[in-house]
Amino acid sequence: MNDHTRSQMAAFDDARLAKFQSRRRVNQLALFMAMSAMAFGLVWLIWILWETLRLGLSGLTWVALTEMTPAPNDPGGLANAIYGSLLMVGCATFIGTPIGVMAGVYLAEYSPKSLLSSVTRFVNDILLSAPSIVIGLFVYTLVVARFKSFSGWAGVVALSLIVIPVVIRTTENMLQLVPAGLREAAYALGTPKWKVILGITLRAARAGVVTGILLAVARISGETAPLLFTALSNQFWTSSLSEPMASLPVTIFKFAMSPYQNWQELAWAGVFLITVAVLGLNILARVLTRREH
Amino acid sequence: MIYGTLATSLIALLIAVPVSFGIALFLTELSPAWLKRPLGTAIELLAAIPSIVYGMWGLLVFGPILATWVQSPLQKLLTGVPYLGALVSGPPVGIGILSAGIILAIMIIPFIASVMRDVFEVTPALLKESAYGLGSTTWEVVTQVVLPYTKAGVLGGIMLGLGRALGETMAVTFVIGNMNQLNSLSVFEAANSIASALANEFAEAGEGLHQASLIYLGLVLFFITFVVLSLSKILLARMQRSEGAKS
Repeated sequence: MNDHTRSQMAAFDDARLAKFQSRRRVNQLALFMAMSAMAFGLVWLIWILWETLRLGLSGLTWVALTEMTPAPNDPGGLANAIYGSLLMVGCATFIGTPIGVMAGVYLAEYSPKSLLSSVTRFVNDILLSAPSIVIGLFVYTLVVARFKSFSGWAGVVALSLIVIPVVIRTTENMLQLVPAGLREAAYALGTPKWKVILGITLRAARAGVVTGILLAVARISGETAPLLFTALSNQFWTSSLSEPMASLPVTIFKFAMSPYQNWQELAWAGVFLITVAVLGLNILARVLTRREH
Repeated sequence: MIYGTLATSLIALLIAVPVSFGIALFLTELSPAWLKRPLGTAIELLAAIPSIVYGMWGLLVFGPILATWVQSPLQKLLTGVPYLGALVSGPPVGIGILSAGIILAIMIIPFIASVMRDVFEVTPALLKESAYGLGSTTWEVVTQVVLPYTKAGVLGGIMLGLGRALGETMAVTFVIGNMNQLNSLSVFEAANSIASALANEFAEAGEGLHQASLIYLGLVLFFITFVVLSLSKILLARMQRSEGAKS
């Protein structure tokens, strides 16, 4: 080997080394960026939770839980809003859950492949992420405009329209996870279809279905937009669903945008309550599914 | 108003897409196995926080901080520079298109990130391992093997995020400033989005033209999100089909 080829090879090695090093640098840079992205995401979560805790806990007193919503600069609490929220969310879940579960059963068990069910699935997925304010508008024209008054019922209708797609989706997915062998074993024993569904598949998928319902409840308890012009709001205690009804999110919205000190404090207390409830439900739902699998 | 809706969503996407990509990359390739679950859950919890909480936090906590630490310096830096100067004019008060965009970004990051993570995970290990076997770095594997394989799914996820951002109401209503005129292109200027205009005005709108035009706005919004979400749905479905064909 003469000197000429040796220097050529050395140059080649150098070039390769340089290329390798630049590739390594790019890689390290990219991985560093990925880690900072992760940190970026977590920072917001922690920051938001921290502020909610800090500002919410201080406003959370016994009065805040038991008194009616006050006029500006008067002492008062959120009792009627909390009650309204609980009532409307409860009713909406009560209406939405059976419809959602039944539709999910239809999609998973009765006709998984027909045209009707693929259309249903498509529309359901769109509805699942449709802007909730549009649902509020829809219910306004359907219910409020017809009966000429804002009412708790309109709020219930709007919320159950949000519950239904969430429940349909999770029910269907969970039923699909049930092994076909279970079903076939039951059929082989001569069990009628409705009994298979009630006694075998729904029972096997119970935790999943409950998770779906919990997630739906979590979602609607934080929803503001569809309630703004259906249930409106109410300063006073009302247990009648045919009157305008206060709810926690709408009250927070009204209070937080106001310049009054005590309203803002109450709004933070409300935000704290909602966040705790929603995150609690979410974590509960996760624990349930994890135990199942 | 349509401008406000599109501008906020665009800013949100600009921030959220790279960040979600980073998060998905971290969760699928880098994170140690025991951290994957808690971190994934934490990111998903970000999606669970009600939008009204984001709104209030954005208005009362984040807005002022943004105004003093980001907007004022940027304004000092860029005033006088052509084009960029116009982009940052207006009062740096912490509410406006920019803040709304950032809040939206935080809200849609979990959606995009979890879709990306899911589609990254379906990439066959065989493909990735072959690339590693040829000496590729992690970054090269992700950009040249995983990303082309999951293109449709990633786009679908971004569309899903966009659909969310377009229709988001409460958080935007809090921080966008609600101004119905469009008189400058500045991202610090208060503006209005379709959803927040509806939230603010509908309950008080009188019968007749005002109400009718607000319902029309709702229709426009629904139409835009319907198209975006359908696109996302179709892309994700195609992803699933090609996956079925290959396996």
